[in-house]
Amino acid sequence: MSSAALHVERNLEQFPDLHPAFDSQAALAEANRCLFCFDAPCMGACPTHIDVPRFIKKIASGNLRGSAVTILDANILGLSCSRVCPVDVLCEGACVMHRYNKLPIEIGRLQRFAMDTFYAKGAHLPPVAQTGSQRIACVGGGPASLSCAAELRRRGVAVTVFDNRPLPGGLNTYGVAEYKLRPADSLREVAMVRSLGVEFRQAEVGGATPLDELEGEYAFLFLGMGLGAMERMGIPGEQALGVIDALRFIERYKTLPDFSVGKTVVVIGGGNTAIDAANAARRLGAQDVHLFYRRTETEMPAFSFEYDRSKVEGVQFHWLAQPVAILEQEGRAAAVKFVRTALGQPDASGRRKAEPVPESEFEFPCDLVIPALGQSRLTSLLESTRGVELKGGSIVVDRATGRTANPRYYGGGDCVNGGREVVDAVADGKRAALAMVAQLQVNHG
Amino acid sequence: MADLTTNFAGIRCPNPFWLASGPPTNCGDQVMRAFDAGWGGAVWKTIGEPIVNVSSRYSSVDWNGQRMMGLNNIELISDRPIETNLREIAEVKKRYPKHAVIASLMVDSKRDVWHDIVKRSEDAGADGLELNFGCPHGMSERGMGSAVGQVPEYSCMITEWVKEVARTPVLIKLTPNITDIRTVARAARRGGADALSAINTINSITGIDLDTFTPRPYVGGSSSHGGYCGPAVKPIALHLVQQIASDTEVGIPISGIGGIAGWREAAEFMLLGCGTVQVCTAAMHYGYRIVEDMIDGLSNWMDEKGFRTLDDFRGLSVPKVTEWKHLDLNYKIVARIDRDTCIGCDLCYIACWDGAHQCIHIDGHSRPESLEAASHARLTVTPIAKLDALQAANGKKTPPERIPKVDEAECVGCNLCWLVCPVANCITMEQVDTGRPAQSWEQRCQQH
Ligand SMILES: Cc1cc2nc3c(=O)[nH]c(=O)nc-3n(C[C@H](O)[C@H](O)[C@H](O)COP(=O)(O)OP(=O)(O)OC[C@H]3O[C@@H](n4cnc5c(N)ncnc54)[C@H](O)[C@@H]3O)c2cc1C
Ligand SMILES: Cc1cc2nc3c(=O)[nH]c(=O)nc-3n(C[C@H](O)[C@H](O)[C@H](O)COP(=O)(O)O)c2cc1C
Ligand code: SF4
Ligand code: SF4
Ligand code: SF4
Repeated sequence: MSSAALHVERNLEQFPDLHPAFDSQAALAEANRCLFCFDAPCMGACPTHIDVPRFIKKIASGNLRGSAVTILDANILGLSCSRVCPVDVLCEGACVMHRYNKLPIEIGRLQRFAMDTFYAKGAHLPPVAQTGSQRIACVGGGPASLSCAAELRRRGVAVTVFDNRPLPGGLNTYGVAEYKLRPADSLREVAMVRSLGVEFRQAEVGGATPLDELEGEYAFLFLGMGLGAMERMGIPGEQALGVIDALRFIERYKTLPDFSVGKTVVVIGGGNTAIDAANAARRLGAQDVHLFYRRTETEMPAFSFEYDRSKVEGVQFHWLAQPVAILEQEGRAAAVKFVRTALGQPDASGRRKAEPVPESEFEFPCDLVIPALGQSRLTSLLESTRGVELKGGSIVVDRATGRTANPRYYGGGDCVNGGREVVDAVADGKRAALAMVAQLQVNHG
Repeated sequence: MADLTTNFAGIRCPNPFWLASGPPTNCGDQVMRAFDAGWGGAVWKTIGEPIVNVSSRYSSVDWNGQRMMGLNNIELISDRPIETNLREIAEVKKRYPKHAVIASLMVDSKRDVWHDIVKRSEDAGADGLELNFGCPHGMSERGMGSAVGQVPEYSCMITEWVKEVARTPVLIKLTPNITDIRTVARAARRGGADALSAINTINSITGIDLDTFTPRPYVGGSSSHGGYCGPAVKPIALHLVQQIASDTEVGIPISGIGGIAGWREAAEFMLLGCGTVQVCTAAMHYGYRIVEDMIDGLSNWMDEKGFRTLDDFRGLSVPKVTEWKHLDLNYKIVARIDRDTCIGCDLCYIACWDGAHQCIHIDGHSRPESLEAASHARLTVTPIAKLDALQAANGKKTPPERIPKVDEAECVGCNLCWLVCPVANCITMEQVDTGRPAQSWEQRCQQH
């Protein structure tokens, strides 16, 4: 952990919690507000199906360990999920309170309360003895693999996680916005998974650790390597100093001291990552942060609450403009040249296509350019995995089991779903683990 | 405007709201502040040979985040000298001649001792006397309080002693800690009592500290049973009041006590025949100011119902309480769910399945287990951004598959679902015609 020093103290000031923690009195009052619905819609709306009313009532009854264990039984990353989940479109969005006295139960904050209490006590889940000699490998150390590995280990299966980064946790450690989740909390969860008996190895699978080798050693391989680097813009000047893609930018500010952003920052893109980068730039001291998107507010893929949040942070939005070049001065980016766009016919995604308007170029001076055009697919590794079917760069699996076309391979998380949320990766990993355990039992009677 | 002036067994006061004997009526300064706040009368903290109290003295039952749903105390009678209490009564009466001040009394069961305290209280200016035959803890170990109130003969005898010298109305405060409260009520009547106060506190242990294993209230390593009061005891108090009110051998005015915190409870006690009501816990919890809404709320309700005076509605509900054997066996109601206001919590569904008669259903599922299993097996993913608008709209409308349906043919009309439904008027209990004339159990037995 030392090399990638985590500058938690600086970040605590600049990135106060988006949703501050409950104290126990407030948690109790909120827990008591929950109706304890039967077959609760909040539980159905959670991809990992955490039994929400059950863990909430355990807070109300003062059984805080039981509450945390209820969460962890369904979702081993209950802590990070409580902070990063877009609850408005998940559990809280489904809460019946919307139709009762209007304000949904603050499920996310209650979950965080239970998990914080659990970790603050230094509590553990009881380790489970290993049964059988079969081993399973998880490729990638992000939420999908952590969940898969924990579920396997809790069912007695030996498992090794291979991640190519200095610190495991995937985007939970390196990507998620600081005001939602701190790397230290992501690492606490990694430690919890390790304490269950999961083995972690830093290794590039497909590189120094070829798949053939793993196939020889492991009964099944779970593919949870997420997505690749950010897409390039493919315009002149992209290599200049002062241009840094959103993922690298976020990783840097989360792990490096004194990361400076200059006065004026331009962010390019309309997704959640663009918004996270823009917010972070504001928090890091940029006076003006301008986000350019080639379509409009209506087509922007970011969650509406993330967009609203960003307006509060003071990010300025510009619609219908597309970058055509980065203009350099003494080798550094000094401005972005844009062309105006107009909306045409709907494209394959159903959104109206942005088409450049001739002779409408303009220049926008800035100190830092952050392109955020989405992540690429990790096709190179996948191409070498014989028999694993791919579609549009994503791994094709049976949704209920995570099984790929090659029965030795399972998959889940961003590399399967094309990039959704942490909780989706956790749900995928859990389902795949259960399917693999069932398959092990079939194989060995 | 409704007229709240009260004449209770000859005791006159501006309204029927009295503070019950307890901490809120401990001294003259308190009682005067209470009268300023609007209380019509006060029963003084029980006067007798001063005692020594322990600490702590109270414990409570909190429920669902609400504090003090029930209060328990192991406090004894006044710890102040008799002379001090009487001097302050005199002072209060001088300054507040129109308000009722009742002296609550508890002394050794000796005739001359009772004669003495009665005379001194009346000399101080008390408008009436309340004999505390109810205190269930501490004093009863010394042969007073409920030790008297649990034995009809003692209650009758002491009431007689008091009536030998009393010039003001005598109220007997009854203990609920007895099998049939009517036996003591009748005894008090035989002894000459002018009115009854009911109820005093109920024997209780409110809870046990799960770290020290000691019940609360904690007094240096031990505890003792106490007296329970507050909102939790209202139903018990109402029943006991009804028992006395409907007993033809009793037939004297009742001052209702037990869990009264607002005008609604006050109206309920009066509908069961009470002439005044007394409040202790609610005033301890929120202060004297609660009486403002008691007065205001009761007046508005009386205006709305067309009652001019308290006598216009007192006792109206007494004849409506009958024995079970007289109830109509052919009266039938069934539950109906309003699909427009149902929020889809499915609490009625599980209540009917686990706690009633398995006649509320969810489409496509034969039993709750299959519903739960289907939800567990469902694959849920975070909606892709831009579909979130759609999702938010979903939150506003209950998905039709979550709205339960009642099988009216199977519904027994227990109305459990109606009780658990969190939404007002979403479930209604509708009368259905059974085609049979009214018939009670008693009538049915006679026929056979
Ligand atoms: C900027 C940003 C912000 C986000 N914010 C949120 C949010 O607020 N809430 C939310 O729920 N989700 C958010 N997400 C999405 C979320 O982070 C992902 O959905 C989730 O992390 C996916 O988990 P995963 O395990 O599939 O992949 P990752 O988290 O990407 O983990 C994959 C891991 O595998 C490693 N790896 C890849 N290839 C190899 C290999 N060949 N050998 C060994 N290791 C390899 C990677 O280095 C990485 O550590 C955000 C994503 C981004 C990019
Ligand atoms: C702390 C405390 C002390 C009490 N002391 C007396 C008392 O001295 N004499 C008495 O007759 N009743 C006493 N009571 C009983 C109250 O007068 C009243 O009967 C009982 O609390 C029920 O009313 P409530 O539900 O409004 O509190 C006491 C009650 C409490 C809570
Ligand atoms: S839907 Fe809301 S009220 Fe119902 S159980 Fe879930 S959190 Fe509680
Ligand atoms: S009234 Fe009773 S039996 Fe009828 S539906 Fe409701 S809970 Fe079931
Ligand atoms: S309890 Fe009421 S709101 Fe809830 S499902 Fe039943 S009818 Fe609907």
